[in-house]
Amino acid sequence: MSRQTSRLDAKKVNSELLTLTYGALVSQMLKEIDNTDDVNKQLERIGYNMGVRLIEDFLARTGSNRCLEMRETADKIQQAFRLYLNMQPTVTSWSSAGDEFSLVWDQCPLSEWVEMPNNGLKYCGLIPGAIRGALQMVQLDVQCWFIQDQLKGDAVTELRVKYIKRLEDAVPAGED
Amino acid sequence: MTIYNMYIFDRYGTLLYYGEWNRTKQSGMSREEEGKLMFGMLFSIKSFVTKISPLDPKEGFISYKTSKYTIHHLETPSGLKFALNTDNQAQGMRELLKKIYSDIYVKYVIRNPLCGIGEPIISELFKTKLDLFIKQAPLSAARAS
Repeated sequence: MSRQTSRLDAKKVNSELLTLTYGALVSQMLKEIDNTDDVNKQLERIGYNMGVRLIEDFLARTGSNRCLEMRETADKIQQAFRLYLNMQPTVTSWSSAGDEFSLVWDQCPLSEWVEMPNNGLKYCGLIPGAIRGALQMVQLDVQCWFIQDQLKGDAVTELRVKYIKRLEDAVPAGED
Repeated sequence: MTIYNMYIFDRYGTLLYYGEWNRTKQSGMSREEEGKLMFGMLFSIKSFVTKISPLDPKEGFISYKTSKYTIHHLETPSGLKFALNTDNQAQGMRELLKKIYSDIYVKYVIRNPLCGIGEPIISELFKTKLDLFIKQAPLSAARAS
């Protein structure tokens, strides 16, 4: 069985393939949808749907348990970035209440070789969507948005994650 | 050892999958009703166990045993519940459940875009792989014990 897991881990693809595929997706969406805001919304939605599935893969691979506080969650998100995008964002700028933090990175495989038209597009909009979707499946309601973006001329890309509430266990069906 | 049957629930209590291998006595109600009953019981035991535990429960509810069968329970952080019904001699079922989750469920349901999330699993591939996995399981467990 251990051989099987190592084969699973070894299934790596060149990140250029991902970069270009994602680029093709975004440019196609820009062609088909006139309004950039709608493109942003769609990217977020695609990300959300990916996150909902990705979390199961993440849990199965890492055997993680439930997080008891946001710092643990931040570590896990960092781990997921390493696992799926081979990048190591830094976790910084904790709010004093400990319910808000930033993920900062200066290189992301998704946005390599990208030059941005100045039209309000959030090119990496998939990532916050995926984080929100994945965390929702482990009963954490969060908000995710970019406050700095390299593609818009900032020095680094900064993604803010804010904890909103813990979603409660569902009651068994038939009790409503 | 014998594996009788297995239930997979999502966190809303939907019966995602029911698999049966060596069950000789049926409950006499519809599968849907039986699923609800099962989920309700797992849900209650889980909250009972957490509330009554004198120490901080780490793994929570793992299994219960009667004179005839043992139900092994695994809940993932994403709220999926796996309940496996075996005879009382079965060992190492928790590892088996974890493998079913990571090697079968994630591989053939989560990575299959045609399988909706939160919908009962109708994928034949999943069924075949699971049956195969269960058939191979007793041998490896017997060797280990």
